Amino acid sequence: MIKVFQAKAKIIYNKRVTDNYFQAAVMSAEISRVALPGQFVNIRVVDTNDVLLRRPFSIHRVEGEKIIFLYEVKGKGTEILSQRKEGEYLDIIGPLGNGFDLNWQTGKLANRQTILVAGGMGVAPLVFLAERLVRVEGVRCKVEEKIKPLVLIGAKTKTQVLCENEFKKSGCEVKVATDDGSRGFKGWVTDLLDRHVCEGGHIGPPLQRIIYACGPAPMLKALAQIAGRNNIDAVGSLEAHMACGIGSCMGCVVKVARAQPQAGDDFEYKRVCKEGPVFDLKQIIW
Amino acid sequence: MQPKLAINIGRLKLKNPVMVASGTFGYAEEFKDFIDLKQLGAIVTKTITLAPRKGNPPPRTCEAPAGMLNSIGLENPGLDVFLEEKMGYLNNLGVPIIVSIASECGAEEFLILAKRLDRVKDVAAIELNISCPNIKGLRVKGKVIRENAERLISQDAKATYQLVKAVRRVTGKTLITKLSPNVTDISEIALAAEAAGSDCVALINTLIGMSVDTKTRRPKIAAVTAGLSGPAIRPVAVRMCWEVYQKIKIPIIGMGGIMDTSSALEFFIAGSSAISVGTANFINPRATIEIIGGIKEYLRKENIPDIKKLTGSIKL
Ligand SMILES: Cc1cc2nc3c(=O)[nH]c(=O)nc-3n(C[C@H](O)[C@H](O)[C@H](O)COP(=O)(O)OP(=O)(O)OC[C@H]3O[C@@H](n4cnc5c(N)ncnc54)[C@H](O)[C@@H]3O)c2cc1C
Ligand SMILES: Cc1cc2nc3c(=O)[nH]c(=O)nc-3n(C[C@H](O)[C@H](O)[C@H](O)COP(=O)(O)O)c2cc1C
Repeated sequence: MIKVFQAKAKIIYNKRVTDNYFQAAVMSAEISRVALPGQFVNIRVVDTNDVLLRRPFSIHRVEGEKIIFLYEVKGKGTEILSQRKEGEYLDIIGPLGNGFDLNWQTGKLANRQTILVAGGMGVAPLVFLAERLVRVEGVRCKVEEKIKPLVLIGAKTKTQVLCENEFKKSGCEVKVATDDGSRGFKGWVTDLLDRHVCEGGHIGPPLQRIIYACGPAPMLKALAQIAGRNNIDAVGSLEAHMACGIGSCMGCVVKVARAQPQAGDDFEYKRVCKEGPVFDLKQIIW
Repeated sequence: MQPKLAINIGRLKLKNPVMVASGTFGYAEEFKDFIDLKQLGAIVTKTITLAPRKGNPPPRTCEAPAGMLNSIGLENPGLDVFLEEKMGYLNNLGVPIIVSIASECGAEEFLILAKRLDRVKDVAAIELNISCPNIKGLRVKGKVIRENAERLISQDAKATYQLVKAVRRVTGKTLITKLSPNVTDISEIALAAEAAGSDCVALINTLIGMSVDTKTRRPKIAAVTAGLSGPAIRPVAVRMCWEVYQKIKIPIIGMGGIMDTSSALEFFIAGSSAISVGTANFINPRATIEIIGGIKEYLRKENIPDIKKLTGSIKL
C-alpha cells in the first residue's frame, strides 16, 4: 500500500481558466512523486468551522513537484479556494484512492483502442491519464503500431470545452460534443460515443476497446449501458460526498454488484475514497 | 515539572486521557500514515455487531453549519471478521483497545458479544453503544427491549439499567456506556448506567438532525434523519458533561465537537476525566496528537501537576 501524506503545500498559482473554472498548482514533493492518474487529494480550503470538511479534487496533472488541479466553483468551499493566493499554503492530504489501472488493456496492442470520455469537469483526471497512457504505450509498442487514444469531450457550450489542447499535445485525437451544438457534435458526449463505437469503417481485425471516463453520474450510467451493449470494458471515476477521504468513516459508498452473488445478497457497498474513485462502470448499481 | 496525564477508568489504566470516538477512526490503520498511533491514550473501534452489516444506503453524509450529518448505519464486518482481520493490527500497537458493540436484534446479542470479547485478552474495555440514532436495531417499546421499536435504549433509564446490568453479569472487563444527547435529562440515564455497574459513561453520541436540499426537495441524507457531530454540538456536549458530573461518581469520557486543545480542555473543566476526538479526525488527522501536546503545555503553564485536578474544576 502506498503512503498517504498530509502536507502544507505552497500555492504556486491559482487562476481562472474560463467561466467558473479555475486551475491551481501547489508544491508537494512527496505527493507528486507517487501520485497516479485517477487519484485525488483532499483539501482543507480554509481553516474555519464554517467550511468544515475537506474538499476532494482529482489530480489534474503532475509537473515536477507541482500538483495541478482543475476545479469549478460550485459552492462555498470552491469559492473560497478560488480566492486563495499565490504564496499561501494549503493543507492537503494525498494521494488518495486507487487511480486508473494503466495495465487494464490486455491483448494485442495493434488492435486496441483507448477511448477517454470526459463530461464537463470530468476532464480533470483524464489529462493526467492521457499523458501517462501515451508514455506507457509509447514504451510498449512501435509508433506505427499505435492507435492514438481517442478523447471525447462533452460540455454544455463551446466556452466550457476544457483541455482540448492538452489532450492533443499529449498525442490524442480529440472530438467534442456540446449540448447546444455550438462546437462539434450537438448532443451528449455519450451519444457521440455511441455513434463512434457503432460506426464501421475500421479495416483489419476487430478492435479491442477500453473506455476510461469521468463525469456526472447520469453520463457514466449512460456510458456503462453503451459499454455493456457493445461488450467494451469501461472504467470511470465516481464522486460521492465524503467526510474523511481516507477510508475510515464509511460515508462515501456506492452500490456495486457482487462478483459472486449469494442468495439475497447481490451487492456490496464500496468506498469511493478507498476502493474507488475508479470503478468498473458495468458493476455499478445506479 | 512534568504534569501527570495518566488516568484510570475502571480497572483500565490510560497513559493519557485522549482517545478517539467510535466510528471516526475506523480500525486505526487508516491513520497510521499521519500519526504515531502508540501515543494515543486509547483507541475505540468502530461499533461492531455480531453479524456483518452493510449499513445504510447513500448518501450517508453531508456538511452542516460547523458540523456534519451522518447516517452510516453501523456498517461493519461483524465480530468474527473483526477479531480475525482487525484485532491483530490493533493488538500490536500497545495501546488499550476499547471495542464498541451494538445489537441489531435483542439484548441477547449484546450478551453474546460481551461474552466473546470477555475472552479476548487484548480487549481492554467494552463500550456499549446504546445510542446510535442510525439503526433500527435494539430499541425500547413499553417496558420491554424489542426490535425496531421507537426509542433508543439510552433514551430510557430502565432499559439502560437492565441492559448494563445484564452485560455486567457476563464480563469482568471495564464497561463504558455511551449515552445519547437526544433525551430530556441525560443525568437520569447516566445514573441508571452507574447503578447497573457501568465503570464509566461516554457522552455524547450524535444529535439527531436533518437537512434538506431545496432544489430537489429531498433530504440530503438517504435515511432522512441523521446524527449531527462537530463543533456545532460542542456547547450541548459540554453542558451535558457538567450536568452528569454533578450527579455521578464514575468517570466521564467527554466528546462532541472537540477540534483542538482549548475545546478539549472545556470538557475536562466541565467534569470529564478523559476526552474523545471524533469528527476532527476527518479534518485534521493529527488532531489527537496535537491535543495531547496542548494539554501538557496548558497544565505546565497553569501549574497544575495532574490532569485529574482539572476535571470538574470549573469556577462558578
Ligand atoms: C474523488 C473526487 C474527485 C473530484 N475531483 C474534482 C475536480 O477535479 N474538479 C472539480 O471541480 N471538482 C471535483 N470534485 C467535486 C468537488 O469535490 C466538489 O465540487 C466540491 O467539494 C464542492 O465544494 P463546495 O464547497 O464548493 O460546494 P458545496 O455544495 O457548498 O459543498 C457542500 C458539501 O458537499 C460536498 N460536495 C459538493 N459537491 C460534491 C461532489 N460533486 N462530489 C463530492 N462532494 C461534493 C462538498 O465537499 C462539501 O462537503 C471531485 C469529487 C470527488 C469525490
Ligand atoms: C461518521 C461517523 C460515524 C460514527 N459512528 C459511530 C459508531 O459506530 N458508534 C458510536 O458509538 N458512535 C459513532 N459516532 C459518534 C461519535 O463517536 C461521537 O460520539 C460524535 O460524533 C460526537 O463527537 P464529535 O462531534 O467529536 O464527532 C459516529 C460519528 C460520525 C461522525
